[in-house]
Amino acid sequence: MDKSAQEGPGTIDLYLNIILLVFVVATGIAAVWLRNLLASAMVLGIYSLLMATLWVVLDAVDVAFTEAAVGAGVTTVLMLLAIALTGRQEKKRRARPWLPLATSLGTAGLLIYATLGMPAFGDATAPAQLHVAPYYLARAQAETGVPNVVTSVLTAYRGFDTLGEVTVIFTAGIGVLVMLGGASRRRRKPPEPVAGDSA
Amino acid sequence: MSDYLVLRVIAKLLIPFILLFGFYVQMHGDYGPGGGFQAGVIVAAAFILYAIVFDVKTAQRVVPMAILVSLACLGVLLYAGVGVANLLYGGLFLEYGVLSHDPAHGNHIGILIIEIGVGTTVAAVMMIIFFSFARRR
Repeated sequence: MDKSAQEGPGTIDLYLNIILLVFVVATGIAAVWLRNLLASAMVLGIYSLLMATLWVVLDAVDVAFTEAAVGAGVTTVLMLLAIALTGRQEKKRRARPWLPLATSLGTAGLLIYATLGMPAFGDATAPAQLHVAPYYLARAQAETGVPNVVTSVLTAYRGFDTLGEVTVIFTAGIGVLVMLGGASRRRRKPPEPVAGDSA
Repeated sequence: MSDYLVLRVIAKLLIPFILLFGFYVQMHGDYGPGGGFQAGVIVAAAFILYAIVFDVKTAQRVVPMAILVSLACLGVLLYAGVGVANLLYGGLFLEYGVLSHDPAHGNHIGILIIEIGVGTTVAAVMMIIFFSFARRR
């Protein structure tokens, strides 16, 4: 993003995007289709890695980095842990899920219809390119001394938002701790009092 | 999983480099892709790898839950504390420019400190979530 190419998206980029998006759709369908939840979690990891590649093609390297680290890395591990706690196989469904299917397809149709109203891909006159983005790109390095514009937008110009994000992450961690940590401590304490474990 | 010799040796070799890469991403986030969020996840991944390959209890002795909770709080406090420090220096909340006589330099300092705060909280919370799940097994 900080060294975005000045020329438009080339043909190679187009083919790469098409191939990646086909694989993204395929892994998405496979993740839903597979009965084995372990395999499903792995496929979701691949899905995230493909999305990360897609962000790299779009020059959004910071987002790609986050997607690869969180989506493909930590989330997969957390899903594997959740599967280890519950069960490896998905339960057999009795009824055909027509209503959820119709709802998802209807929502997808509406979203695709909505993309028709969006500015063209890479349009320089799109509202997103004309509002504050030119200001940031022109002034960020002089005002913050940070060459990576993404970092200076996230931490300086939008510092209050990022403080909110960090608070959300903190709250999520505390929430998990309250829901899972406390119960385990009560259950674990009586049989084996661990000396070093100060949970 | 402690019977798998290859996994244990490779993990032991990899973990220092994962940590080093995490710190690189943390401190280099203002020049290249990266920053506190990504660095925090990478540092947490090193400890999670250790816990998976060796033992959750051993990993918990390195980073006990009490320390992780304190670190998670500390990161948010560091971030908000920079904002309060800016108020004391006579600026607005999170207006890092007042930290130094040169506003650009002050902004840079402020960004570095709050990135460390973000990294600390993210790493600690990722490990808190992992260990909360892993301890229940």
